Amino acid sequence: MNPEPSAVDTIVDAVSAVFMVVGALMSLGAAIGLLRFPDLMSRMHAATKPQVLGLFLLLASVGLQLRTWWVWPVLFVAWIFQVLTVPVSAHMVGRAGYRTKHLHKELLTTDELEAVVLKAADKKAAAKRAADEDDGPA
Amino acid sequence: MMEIVLTITAVILSLAAAGAIVRIAIGPSLLDRVLASDVLLAIIGAALCIDMAVNRHLNNLMLLVALSIIGFIGSVTVARFVADRREQPNES
Amino acid sequence: MNRRRISIRQELPLLVWLVFVWGALWQDFSPGNLLFGALIAVVVARLFYLPPVELGGRFSIVRAVPFAIVFLGKVVAASFQVLFLALARGPKVTNAVVAVQLRSHSDLMVTATGHVLSLIPGSLVVEVDRSTSTLYVHGLNVRSGEDIANLRKEVRDAEAALIRIMGTREELAALKEEVGA
Repeated sequence: MNPEPSAVDTIVDAVSAVFMVVGALMSLGAAIGLLRFPDLMSRMHAATKPQVLGLFLLLASVGLQLRTWWVWPVLFVAWIFQVLTVPVSAHMVGRAGYRTKHLHKELLTTDELEAVVLKAADKKAAAKRAADEDDGPA
Repeated sequence: MMEIVLTITAVILSLAAAGAIVRIAIGPSLLDRVLASDVLLAIIGAALCIDMAVNRHLNNLMLLVALSIIGFIGSVTVARFVADRREQPNES
Repeated sequence: MNRRRISIRQELPLLVWLVFVWGALWQDFSPGNLLFGALIAVVVARLFYLPPVELGGRFSIVRAVPFAIVFLGKVVAASFQVLFLALARGPKVTNAVVAVQLRSHSDLMVTATGHVLSLIPGSLVVEVDRSTSTLYVHGLNVRSGEDIANLRKEVRDAEAALIRIMGTREELAALKEEVGA
């Protein structure tokens, strides 16, 4: 915005340029992870983590380029929304993925949830059977 | 310098978007596709950010926030729907 | 409608956050604008009633700032770890689902721990058992029992850090006892 570029300006420009390139690389990393990982769960790691860092770096570069203090709160709010929503959607997708057996068992070294889910499914089935029997004679 | 950065990031983001689209196309399950379209949305958000930074304006910011919220609601809804339909049809 | 009255003290963090968002969105932190924002925040909080978040009643800013910095560092590490694993190991990566019992039983603490876990390297919450406050964590690149132990320790450490920031006094006392013992 200043007509004559100063040394500080050049540094800020350089930093924000680096941030932009690294932020874009994070998106590329997410895409590579999506393509290379073998199952839904590991793809989820690839889809969530680089997103958050990438957006942080890009918003920071926006803030640096605009060179005014009042944009920082807005950028912060935008980032916080991202931080709060990304884990939730990842968890929901992961939960649905686990329940619908989109999981390669041979890729898991341990699975401590399986027993719990099986037990819950048994309990549910038993309850359903009991309910059916109750309904039966009537 | 900004022109060079713009070119580099444009190439990187195009590659990333291509990768996400490939995953949407081949992704063996619905959830894979949801995940990949979430990433595609994030890549579009990144492109909006870079546009703002290079051209020094803030016009896209609200679009960015709306985009991330739409992505969130979309993937949560689909995930919930998938889980319910497959597992327990008689329970809401 | 049966609504429990919420004390203004319990509502204060929400109101402050809403006013901050208002100011940030207008990009204007002048007193007049903030006052109007506060008015709207109170109206919104009264009109769109939500169950109050049960805060622990204490918040240690001294602990929160270093935690935020470490957290940011971990987010960076997580992204590069995923990038590295995607490039180096790709399809051969092995994972594990590990059950971790948390100390705290408050919903806020379990949620916060889950959020932090989802963003630090190599872990993602798959399932939550609210009654026993057990998190089922999916770990990326877990190959041996040692890795599982590390993952478990990471989860417990994240929770401990959060308890030190905003846990209740009882949780903090229990934590101190455990660390001391």
